[in-house]
Amino acid sequence: MFRAAVRLSVSGARSLTRPQLGLTAPLAQRCYAHGGKLESDEEFDARWVTYFNKADIDAWELRKGMNTLIGYDLVPEPKILEAALRACRRLNDLASAIRILEAVKDKSGPHKKIYPYLIQELRPTLDELGISTPEELGMD
Amino acid sequence: MLFYFRMLATRALSLVGKRAISTSICVRGGHGVAKVDDYALPAYFDRRENPLPDVQFVTELSAVQKSLKEKEKGSWATLSNEEKIALYRISFKQSFAEMNEGTKEWKSVIAGMFFFIGMTGLVVLWQRKFVYGPVPPTFESEWKEKEVQRMLDMRINPVEGFSAKWDYENKEWKK
Repeated sequence: MFRAAVRLSVSGARSLTRPQLGLTAPLAQRCYAHGGKLESDEEFDARWVTYFNKADIDAWELRKGMNTLIGYDLVPEPKILEAALRACRRLNDLASAIRILEAVKDKSGPHKKIYPYLIQELRPTLDELGISTPEELGMD
Repeated sequence: MLFYFRMLATRALSLVGKRAISTSICVRGGHGVAKVDDYALPAYFDRRENPLPDVQFVTELSAVQKSLKEKEKGSWATLSNEEKIALYRISFKQSFAEMNEGTKEWKSVIAGMFFFIGMTGLVVLWQRKFVYGPVPPTFESEWKEKEVQRMLDMRINPVEGFSAKWDYENKEWKK
């Protein structure tokens, strides 16, 4: 009985609490739902940058963060994307980095000027990490 | 102890999204084994709103792919374009461009529409010939002439309508 409880806490704590730490921060999007004050854009950006900048971020958290971010009605700022791309680098995941660029382009929808702007802002990071854009790879 | 190891191993392997260990058997309360079915496991799907799916597309890596994955741990600038594309294809099935391209289904839809409208037209023509009886005599031009004359004689709508358009002096329609 005790061993079962310990087993649960070891694996359960690991799998439940760690993702939850990541979850509570980004999911509380700027809203009046609990009568709090509206979050500013800078606070929103800062929160997400901090989320992706976690040194020992794991693949699940990266995926969860990215999928949640894409679910919002906005195109993420370059600094958030830079943090996400660096997280991909820490996880040795080039495919996800390219996928993030594609997703952001798709997210801009009919506003064609957003993506080139983002690439322009991210160019130093892309060069530093050696990430090719989908266009450079011919995937569009 | 073994359970801890499996849990840790699952955690470690889940970092690269492999499903190999998850398909193993769970022992429940000493009653027997519960097989985890394929459909109950995290699935791969290409979606615009879910750019990073739970698992990689390719689960069993070939030797070439494994070595590529090792190379990925180093600097990405040393990878060639083909290698980058290969890494992408390991993790994902379709790129955004591929998943967003439309089908040519609309052509079949329009073709089907025209076909059925045509069929309906044929049915209507057949009905006209074989089902309906003859048209009443009131449609003949002789009858119609007499009908118009009668209407003019009765001065139907003489102010702004029918008879107002007839010139009674010159016995012709007003220009």
